[in-house]
Amino acid sequence: MSAFWAILAKDLRVELRTLQSLPAMVLFAVTTFVIFRFGLDRTTLEGSLAAGVLLVTVLFAALLAINRLFVPERDEGGFDAIRLAPVDASALFWAKVVALVVYLLALEAVALPVFAVFFLEEWSGLVPLAGVLLLADVGLGATGAVVSTIGANSRARDLLTPLVLLPLLVPLTIAAAGAAEPLLAAGGPQYGGVGKWAAALALYDLTFLLVGYAVYDFLVED
Amino acid sequence: MKLKMPSLPVMALATTVVLVAAFALVFFYAPNDADQGFIQKIFYLHVPIAICALIGFIAAAIHSIRHLRTGESIHDFRSYVSIHVAIIFGTGALITGAIWAKAAWGKWWVWEEPTLVSFLIVYLLYATYYPLRYSIEDRDRQARYASVFAITAGAFVPLNFMAVRLAESLVHPRVFATAEGGMPGEMMLTFLVALAGMALLFATLVRFEIAAKQTRGQVHRLRRALDEQAPVAPRSRIAPLPPAEGVS
Repeated sequence: MSAFWAILAKDLRVELRTLQSLPAMVLFAVTTFVIFRFGLDRTTLEGSLAAGVLLVTVLFAALLAINRLFVPERDEGGFDAIRLAPVDASALFWAKVVALVVYLLALEAVALPVFAVFFLEEWSGLVPLAGVLLLADVGLGATGAVVSTIGANSRARDLLTPLVLLPLLVPLTIAAAGAAEPLLAAGGPQYGGVGKWAAALALYDLTFLLVGYAVYDFLVED
Repeated sequence: MKLKMPSLPVMALATTVVLVAAFALVFFYAPNDADQGFIQKIFYLHVPIAICALIGFIAAAIHSIRHLRTGESIHDFRSYVSIHVAIIFGTGALITGAIWAKAAWGKWWVWEEPTLVSFLIVYLLYATYYPLRYSIEDRDRQARYASVFAITAGAFVPLNFMAVRLAESLVHPRVFATAEGGMPGEMMLTFLVALAGMALLFATLVRFEIAAKQTRGQVHRLRRALDEQAPVAPRSRIAPLPPAEGVS
């Protein structure tokens, strides 16, 4: 447990001091909104289109963080340190999942208000939408931590992670978009079907947290 | 192992017999579909291929779990070959699915058919198995990471089918009253024989691929051993042996 806190604190401290990922993610997200405004030629969004724009943006911004998640471990010998230390490798997994969720929450704390200001006329669905995004973040964290470890230890590196991760995230996107769509509906949020999709998201999170926890030892051992 | 599994020639023969029987049934025994007519018979090819591909993916996940538990590389080998053959079958399933969609609905691709869409997503995920595997140089690590991928993807398969089905079920009724529903006995029998034939083909191909790879590895080792014994170092590792020895 202390190993978990040590790694998590290390990651967050490094990010706070270097600011390598978060500003880039936020900038990327805001620019992507602008791109969507012209790509779709829409000044307001609602329903499935709004859900799609928001989720795709968050997903691709998350890829930036996921690609960089294990760079210090690979370049500065963090993996070797974990192997040498008398701690369970799963501490690394949980710490990385939580670190990734923290990054994504920080990203969404900026990107969601910006999205609302840019495109939404009806803001009352934003609070439940934040809950949906949190569930999506946990799933992104679980799959992201596993795939990023594989990517970091491969020759293809930055290429492999998005390649493997995107198909894995399709069910997450289906469920998150299904939950977000009624919340962003034109005449104010509707709640029919949100629970079903939130349950699907929770199932996705649970499955990949368990799978990640079960297999992570084999990714770190050498 | 040897006691349980029949030899490769026996399996190949059985596959040929059952597949020929299946196609004979498809063309001469099974009735034409009332709505779709003759083209519906692609069902006997498409569905068994797809089922075998999915079972291959799941089997790969089980082999991978074994590999991680025991550390024996034969399980990784089996997992790799299962995914390899399942990818080939998956390509066939997608192509036959597109042909059937064109014939039945007039379009090559139909997003409303959840099974086909799920299959495409699963296929796209497993297609990343090769770049993943071959971008890791260290042999042990390559095997371990490939197993981790196969297990993760194995858990993904049912989850993905569930999510895609949920996304469609509210809007579209199932267009086909296929397989499990009200299928006449002749069709069911034909389908089962076709499924058995395709499963045999899958198993035979897996066996063949494993045997071929093992033989190739053995030849490689023998050649290397010969090279080491040779008084003069050969120009290349795959240099042919001197003709005087008459090695075939």
